[in-house]
Amino acid sequence: MDWLQQLINGLAQGSIYALIALGYTMVYGVLRFINFAHSDVLMLGAFAAFFLAPVVGTILPPQSYLGAFIIVIVSAAICAAIGILIERLAYRPLRNRPKLTVLITAIGVSLLIEFTCQHNAVFGARTRPFPRLIPEHNFHLGNIVIANHDVLVPIVTAALLALLWLVVQRTKIGMAMRAVAFNPQAAALMGVNINRVISFTFGLGSALAAIAGILYAMRAPGIEPLMGIQPGLRAFIAAVLGGIGNLPGAALGGLLLGLLETFAGGIPGISNYRDGIAFAILIFILLFRPAGLLGEVKTEKV
Amino acid sequence: MSASAEPKPDSLLKMQRCTIRFGGLTAVSELDLRIGGDELIGLIGPNGAGKTTAFNMITGVYQPTEGEIHFAGTPLSGQAPQEITGLGIARTFQNIRLFPSLSVFDNVRVAFQLRQTTGMFQSLLRGAAFHRNEKLIESEVLEILDIFKLSRFRHTMAKNLPYGDQRRLEIVRALATKPKLLLLDEPAAGMNPTEKVELTRLIGFIKEKFRISVLLVEHDMQVVMGICQRIVVLDHGVKIAEGSPTEVRNDAKVVEAYLGDSHLKKPAAAVD
Amino acid sequence: MQLGAKRWLIAAVLVAFGVSALSGYFNRYYLGIAIDVGISIILAVSLNLINGHTGQFSLGHAGFMAVGGFTAAKLTLELTPSVPAAAQPALFVGAMLAGGLVAALAGLAVGLPSLRLKGDYLAIVTLGFGEIIRVIFQTSPAFGAATGLTGIPKFTTLFWTWSAAALTVYVVASLVNSTYGRGFLCVHDDEVAAAAMGINPTRYKVTAFVTGAFFAGMAGALYAHHKQVLKPDGFDFMKSIDVVVMVILGGMGNTVGVILAAILLTVLPELLRGFADYRMIVYSLLIIGLMLLRPQGLFNLRRRESRSAAAN
Repeated sequence: MDWLQQLINGLAQGSIYALIALGYTMVYGVLRFINFAHSDVLMLGAFAAFFLAPVVGTILPPQSYLGAFIIVIVSAAICAAIGILIERLAYRPLRNRPKLTVLITAIGVSLLIEFTCQHNAVFGARTRPFPRLIPEHNFHLGNIVIANHDVLVPIVTAALLALLWLVVQRTKIGMAMRAVAFNPQAAALMGVNINRVISFTFGLGSALAAIAGILYAMRAPGIEPLMGIQPGLRAFIAAVLGGIGNLPGAALGGLLLGLLETFAGGIPGISNYRDGIAFAILIFILLFRPAGLLGEVKTEKV
Repeated sequence: MSASAEPKPDSLLKMQRCTIRFGGLTAVSELDLRIGGDELIGLIGPNGAGKTTAFNMITGVYQPTEGEIHFAGTPLSGQAPQEITGLGIARTFQNIRLFPSLSVFDNVRVAFQLRQTTGMFQSLLRGAAFHRNEKLIESEVLEILDIFKLSRFRHTMAKNLPYGDQRRLEIVRALATKPKLLLLDEPAAGMNPTEKVELTRLIGFIKEKFRISVLLVEHDMQVVMGICQRIVVLDHGVKIAEGSPTEVRNDAKVVEAYLGDSHLKKPAAAVD
Repeated sequence: MQLGAKRWLIAAVLVAFGVSALSGYFNRYYLGIAIDVGISIILAVSLNLINGHTGQFSLGHAGFMAVGGFTAAKLTLELTPSVPAAAQPALFVGAMLAGGLVAALAGLAVGLPSLRLKGDYLAIVTLGFGEIIRVIFQTSPAFGAATGLTGIPKFTTLFWTWSAAALTVYVVASLVNSTYGRGFLCVHDDEVAAAAMGINPTRYKVTAFVTGAFFAGMAGALYAHHKQVLKPDGFDFMKSIDVVVMVILGGMGNTVGVILAAILLTVLPELLRGFADYRMIVYSLLIIGLMLLRPQGLFNLRRRESRSAAAN
């Protein structure tokens, strides 16, 4: 029954990757560049929850689901604001510059957040234990043990995905997002306020990253300013795997990567190469589908 | 059919029953096309008729789904675009594709790496042979730039050239590969009437001076009618007519295909 | 200009020799920085061939550096005891070349499958290859696994580093400044048009990857025999980013600018050593500020037009 345990682990891990990947892919969809600072927003989300938990704990009984919900919502809002601010200050002035310039700026922003947070006057570089946000209990199924965290993660992800789908497909701002992704110039001519759409996209992506960061922290040994790098990189791979710019692709890529990684990690001999597996999967798939699983191959018109 | 409109028997380019499909769409269907040495052929048709697709099959950008293309006796199937250029087919693009950040001089110069004898290692060793060769290339580039009155722009970046000169440079660059067949994809696009007249003269001049065959894809009837010996008309991927300008102009099917498109221009008071 | 190219190379090597001969009088700390600068120049100029001239955005340069470093270090660690002292420089040069060649092979392995990919996809795949290379070293006991290699003989001198840097600059500049080499720039500008001009884009891209990787491998070898310890962690993608930043700061495709940027970005952190706590914060602010204010690169003073003039 070991595989069932692995499956649940993989699903939980993959859901987190999927949530982060959505942020990468949404930003890529509207601005066509990789927001390297996304993984740091995830870390900031976990830290926001870390500092909020004791505050909320003074009002509500500790480890209550309502308290956790409030913490998550407030953290997401804080990160949404941070995401919007990053775009406003660092990326917007470069809107019409070559993509490479924006990419390097994004790397700069990422480094700035990481090094600032590592400074002793901010969070410091040490790892801190993440507070328990919800009561912990385990389900026993025969001889396997399933933690409620691990079940919660895919459920939260599924709910958020459904919500995101509704926003993108059924709301006016979602339609504007799709229009900007399709053709920003045409969208602007049709009266879409591009700046608002881009801010909204950054806000939404950062909020998802914050939630993913909290879920990640709940399963991790602790939190520290560089904690976002590894899941961020995996999520980035997941987004490319699914076809960058494609929302269902990001979700699929994330889940697939989480599952494959978990199962491959369980195979003795391969488990040592854990950090390389995600990339190996990515390269293998891109060889056969150069635009990712759900991405469309754009042939250049000659 | 007049004698001049007959394809020459010793075809330079021979396209036989070429069909290409993209998914379910048949872009070009069973196209036969022959171009002899020293011929100037026009390929016309309304928008979306498959002219550029036919071009892309000849130049190796697309492989035909069915059918064969031979150039000077060599089958072109499976050959990459750069190999086809090496065989002696050069082209221009509908939407000018120069090397924007290279100088005018360099845009033409790169054509010579195709036939030069010095490669990577000579570039590194920089011996006497290398310098001799580079000098030779330089003088050839300057010569051809001179012919087309572009030498004063030699240090200008291609993207900073005026539009008309960019079109000209693209043709010059193609000629520098020393082709036997030159394919021009809508060279008159975006030009005003005066520029079109100049272009017509330029194409005639090239054919005379370099003794090569030219296949001209064009939307503008006036340009085509004025200079082509033979015209092939495509509509919806199918060849609907072939013959001399006069024959094509009076062809009922051609008139129908063009009606509502450029029939306003059609009675062109030009040749008759 | 072209006639002078080889003379420049010889002059640079002589300068390296002269300065190196006097290195005994230098403060060891400054000597170390001078070697670091040389290694940075090799890395940045070789990456510039791939990213700047050929326009293939690669994020895996640290991987090639690691391959070269570990190969060379393993060789000298194994062979030094059985080689007489007089032959040790020869051993080092051999190890350096071996490191470069194995890295070039890795470049071929990365270059070939990456050819179908463009832009961001290529960037992520090269990043992936770099990480996979690092993981392989991290897990193989022959290369000391996670601890890496230690006790590597200190063979790297100022002379070897600066000579290798001069050679890198010479090779990249000579390659690009020729009719053959203009092909790299054509692939950068427009692949479809390049193919129509008879240029084989695939061959140019692979050549760029293999050549770039070779010099990155040499840089790795020099680094290994300079620091004397080699840890796989040191070659993560942050190291690749460092090199990319040098190339962009210098102005993509601008050799002189890239050299200046490599010097600046190697010396600057040392100058900021006094503010250890804030050093990296300043570094990241610098990157952002430069991209906002001078995105064409800090040293991109000349335009590309002058290139053809210089070549004539």
